Amino acid sequence: MPKQIFAELVKKEKLLEGLYKFSISAEEIIDIAKPGNFIEIRINENLDPFLRRPISIFNLDKKNGILEFIFQVKGKGTELLAKKKERDKIDIIGPLGNGVFDFNNYNNLAVIGGGIGIFPLYELSKQAKQAGKEVHTYLGFRNKELVTLEKEFYNVSNTLTITTDDGSYKNSGFAINYLENDLKDKKIDCIYACGPLPMLRAVKKLAEEKNIPCQISLEEKMGCGMGVCLGCAVQTESSSDANPQYLHVCKAGPVFDSKLVKI
Amino acid sequence: MNTKINFAGIEMKNPVTVASGTFGYGREYSEFFDLSKLGAIITKGTSLKPRSGNKPSRVYETASGMLNSIGLQNPGVEYFTQFDLPFLKKFDTKIIVNACGSSIDEYVELCKILNTIDIDGVELNLSCPNVKAGCLAFGTTYDGVKEVTSAVRKVLDKPLIVKLTPNVTDITQTAKGAEDAGADAVSLINTLLAMKIDVNTRKPVLANNTGGLSGPAIKPVAVRMVYQVANAVNIPIMGLGGIVNGEDAIEFMLAGATAVSIGCGNFIDPYTSVKTIDGIENYMKNHNIENINDIIGKVEMN
Repeated sequence: MPKQIFAELVKKEKLLEGLYKFSISAEEIIDIAKPGNFIEIRINENLDPFLRRPISIFNLDKKNGILEFIFQVKGKGTELLAKKKERDKIDIIGPLGNGVFDFNNYNNLAVIGGGIGIFPLYELSKQAKQAGKEVHTYLGFRNKELVTLEKEFYNVSNTLTITTDDGSYKNSGFAINYLENDLKDKKIDCIYACGPLPMLRAVKKLAEEKNIPCQISLEEKMGCGMGVCLGCAVQTESSSDANPQYLHVCKAGPVFDSKLVKI
Repeated sequence: MNTKINFAGIEMKNPVTVASGTFGYGREYSEFFDLSKLGAIITKGTSLKPRSGNKPSRVYETASGMLNSIGLQNPGVEYFTQFDLPFLKKFDTKIIVNACGSSIDEYVELCKILNTIDIDGVELNLSCPNVKAGCLAFGTTYDGVKEVTSAVRKVLDKPLIVKLTPNVTDITQTAKGAEDAGADAVSLINTLLAMKIDVNTRKPVLANNTGGLSGPAIKPVAVRMVYQVANAVNIPIMGLGGIVNGEDAIEFMLAGATAVSIGCGNFIDPYTSVKTIDGIENYMKNHNIENINDIIGKVEMN
């Protein structure tokens, strides 16, 4: 059950230009949060920006009651959020989302992320590795300057493949090409993905061709974040465009079985 | 201190309700507070048959507000009666169903069903700007509102509230159409038809191109319209449009509203409606007002 908390910003780190990691004190919600969940942040008490900002959970440090999230400055809301100082209180609702990453039934996991879509995958990889699963991680970035969290993901993966679109760091090309190649001789029971839509479409296609279960985390503009406004709709795969049926990213997701949704 | 009001025959413990489409059928926000605190709950727009709604993207934030083009996605009245109504009946609050349709026949069929179930009133949605058929087709003229309201009135014995659109030249005309057809009350305003264009793609951000604007951005328009309608009809008014606290609610009541609704204010804080109730009580204390009914329509014009 989600709660509203006023969480202290314990630590603020700038990972890259315009990319911040916030560590907040969130004991009240941390035990019920799962990999794939998100939180909704109210930027300030003013009415502009108006809506809360949905942001995925990066890391749950249950021992210390710390929840970490990472966000990119994209508009006025995140710009104001980035100006918060350590010890400020942040108005948060969470954990949100009923569709979360689930690895219980699988032993060999492929985790693939692109750009700022890599963040919700960290807690998944961490928990899966702790549970004794094999975690093979593939992270794609546009170029060397945008590569981030390599060490963190290395520590929660059995193998880590970093790619850059322009080849300026590590492997050249798209992360999915390396995953596809590895599938030839690596046993993978389930693929987990988050990232830009073209990447997710390619991952979904690959997983379905190879008949491997696949869980993808989606993003959509949200009003309420908890299934009330029905704003963040995503069409179901089984429905036709003439008679579309919709699920909602905030409530049925944000993580979906890739076969369930049309993206 | 008395915060009780009688709205169109519905006895409410306070004037604060939650607006259609911003509170679902109550389940989500019941995890945050006891729904019995509310004067009434107005359900998500509900139709005779399930509706799947519009193509995404459906929502977008604007200055002090938001655009939506949900398209009345709802599970239909049968599902509501079977699954949502029993849940809502657990709370000591009034239940008003927002009823939407694509034709007069559909409104009538729906209201025949609503007349038989255990609810306290019906809000006739003649004002959704995001669907092609119905709603705005009836909701923008005196004759249109009167025709559909009259047809519904014949089959509905429960309190009937007609929700009006602000997308008209003169909202007092549509309000009169509702009154003349026998409506017990009107609620206003629904959202303002609006558009946001992404200058990089040159495309509107909503898949439906246009949507309805709500939030504090529209509050002054809503207050003006409530004032105008209060001076044009003799039936009570539910005022809504950008209310986020007690002072906002009082403003609508001074303009002439008997009850108020919290709309997308619910999204920014799940407790907005209960905080609004507290805010009204604080205002009454600070201004030595014993009975909330004493402030309705008490704006002092210059």
